[in-house]
Amino acid sequence: MLQIRIHGRGGQGVVSAAEMLSLAAFEQGRHAQAFPSFGSERTGAPVVAFCRIADQDIRLREPILAPDVLIVQDPTLLHQVDVFQGLKPDGYVLINSRHDFHALGLAEIEQRYQRERLVTVPATEIALKHLGRPLPNAVLLGGFAALSGLITLDAVSHAIRAKFGGRVAEGNVAAATEAYAFVKNEMEELARAEAD
Amino acid sequence: MLKQIEGSKAVAEAVALCRPEVICAYPISPQTHIVEGLGELVKDGTLAPCEFINVESEFAAMSVAIGASAAGARSYTATASQGLLFMAEAVYNASGLGLPIVMTVANRAIGAPINIWNDHSDSMSQRDCGWIQLFAAHNQEALDLHIQAFKLAEELSMPVMVCMDGFILTHAFERVDMPTQAQVDGFLPAYEPRQVLDVAEPVSIGAMVGPEAFMEVRYLAHAKQLTALERIPQIAAEFQQHFGRNTGGLLRGYHLDDAETVVVALGSVLGTLRETVDELRREGQRFGVLGISSFRPFPLAAVRSALQGAKRVVVLEKSFSVGLGGVVSTDVRLALSGLQLQGSTVVAGLGGRAITQASLRRMLLEAQAGKLPALSFLDLDWRIVNRQLEREAQMRRSGPIAENLLRDVGTVASKVS
Repeated sequence: MLQIRIHGRGGQGVVSAAEMLSLAAFEQGRHAQAFPSFGSERTGAPVVAFCRIADQDIRLREPILAPDVLIVQDPTLLHQVDVFQGLKPDGYVLINSRHDFHALGLAEIEQRYQRERLVTVPATEIALKHLGRPLPNAVLLGGFAALSGLITLDAVSHAIRAKFGGRVAEGNVAAATEAYAFVKNEMEELARAEAD
Repeated sequence: MLKQIEGSKAVAEAVALCRPEVICAYPISPQTHIVEGLGELVKDGTLAPCEFINVESEFAAMSVAIGASAAGARSYTATASQGLLFMAEAVYNASGLGLPIVMTVANRAIGAPINIWNDHSDSMSQRDCGWIQLFAAHNQEALDLHIQAFKLAEELSMPVMVCMDGFILTHAFERVDMPTQAQVDGFLPAYEPRQVLDVAEPVSIGAMVGPEAFMEVRYLAHAKQLTALERIPQIAAEFQQHFGRNTGGLLRGYHLDDAETVVVALGSVLGTLRETVDELRREGQRFGVLGISSFRPFPLAAVRSALQGAKRVVVLEKSFSVGLGGVVSTDVRLALSGLQLQGSTVVAGLGGRAITQASLRRMLLEAQAGKLPALSFLDLDWRIVNRQLEREAQMRRSGPIAENLLRDVGTVASKVS
């Protein structure tokens, strides 16, 4: 079972991101369970949402305490919330930021986890470009598809179109596609750097 | 058709497939998405004919449902928590009058302190109101139970509450198999009222009954619930024939055959319990789980026969009778009268406290070792409890308890769970 935890702030579509992730997994014929952290969400307040993906029925109902994947939609949370709590040693981390882990003050995280599973992507900038609004949620799912290969960009696009309609859907699909390419490129560069 | 949707949305669609003619709605978390979903289906014409009535309170919601049902309409509403308390008087009237209303309770704690999260205090507070109370373990079951509930309610002319865990189920997106309209139509016949306010054949409903017949009216309600004990499993079997799914019924046993310790529970925690028991079984520990799907009527004989092979019984419940202990436990104990069994009550998950596999595992192993006390509270934070007790011992004006405890806990925004 794959367990994903998404951190963000109220208004950034954290819950929708988990929902779309579950839709993408469903689209690929898998079982998925997405749920919010059930706080009284307010705009700007820290929000957590969860998604489990498996090949059989998911019975577990506890919050995700030991995630395989961490998606951080707002980098200002990094020093407010212990987002890395319980992250598995071979876990994936995707952070919405123009800066790298080092510049974000996460050098220690870089040391502790597998470098090729850690990536930052400027999702807010990509969202602004395609949507005109700073909504990074669907964009990051494109990045996650590239980082992990655990879901396809096609399934993500399908989920975006199931959740939104018209221009919002197409803008998000374009943004997710750009994030996908961005992360792929980052990973290739990293692989080259490591080979050198 | 398989769908990946929110629990509330799934229930809304399933209720719509049952063709309710009147829906009374007053929003309260975590139930709101259900009536919102139904409102959309009425507005876009998917659900027709149906009168969707926005009322001014929960008391009005149940009152309108009573009127609609008495006029012969298939009636539905949904609520939670304080909303259920606010409609309590009308809730008793609905069952006392024998009106087959179906209501979803998206289970949520009751204040004060105000708390929007899940536990079973709300529906348990209406335990004796005369409604049938069915509990869903997952969203597929929640959806299916609503279809079964209309059939059961109308056959018996008695209201049915379908209880589903607020947020944990109502706000969870998962895979459900949504039946077709033709399937539901083939299972659920048109509503044929036993009593109806009809100008062509006038009757009055709601007579005052004095000592001469009140007990008898009450007894007849009990007799109906006893009939429900037979009909609930039959309807679940009919449902399985029609839809190919085994959901509902009175009880659901899991690894009971050779279990030494059996945990009894209701609702969505059954999923986490089954996971935990599977893990312990892989280690050779003989645990089992008994899920109670029908809390009212309470299946005394079935519970007794399911548990009598065990050595120990743990009732894990999201409800709490202050000054006594467990609510469900009291009924389970009654079912086990005369049997030599070690029994414990574990109160868990109140006000949305997460029930984790790790805590369940620890608790079950304690039970197996005979170390679990008669009453305990899963993951109770003794540190803040004792600090408050100390404060109260030290000074008269110790202040409001909730505020004191929140100060002691500190900021929660920085915590993940």
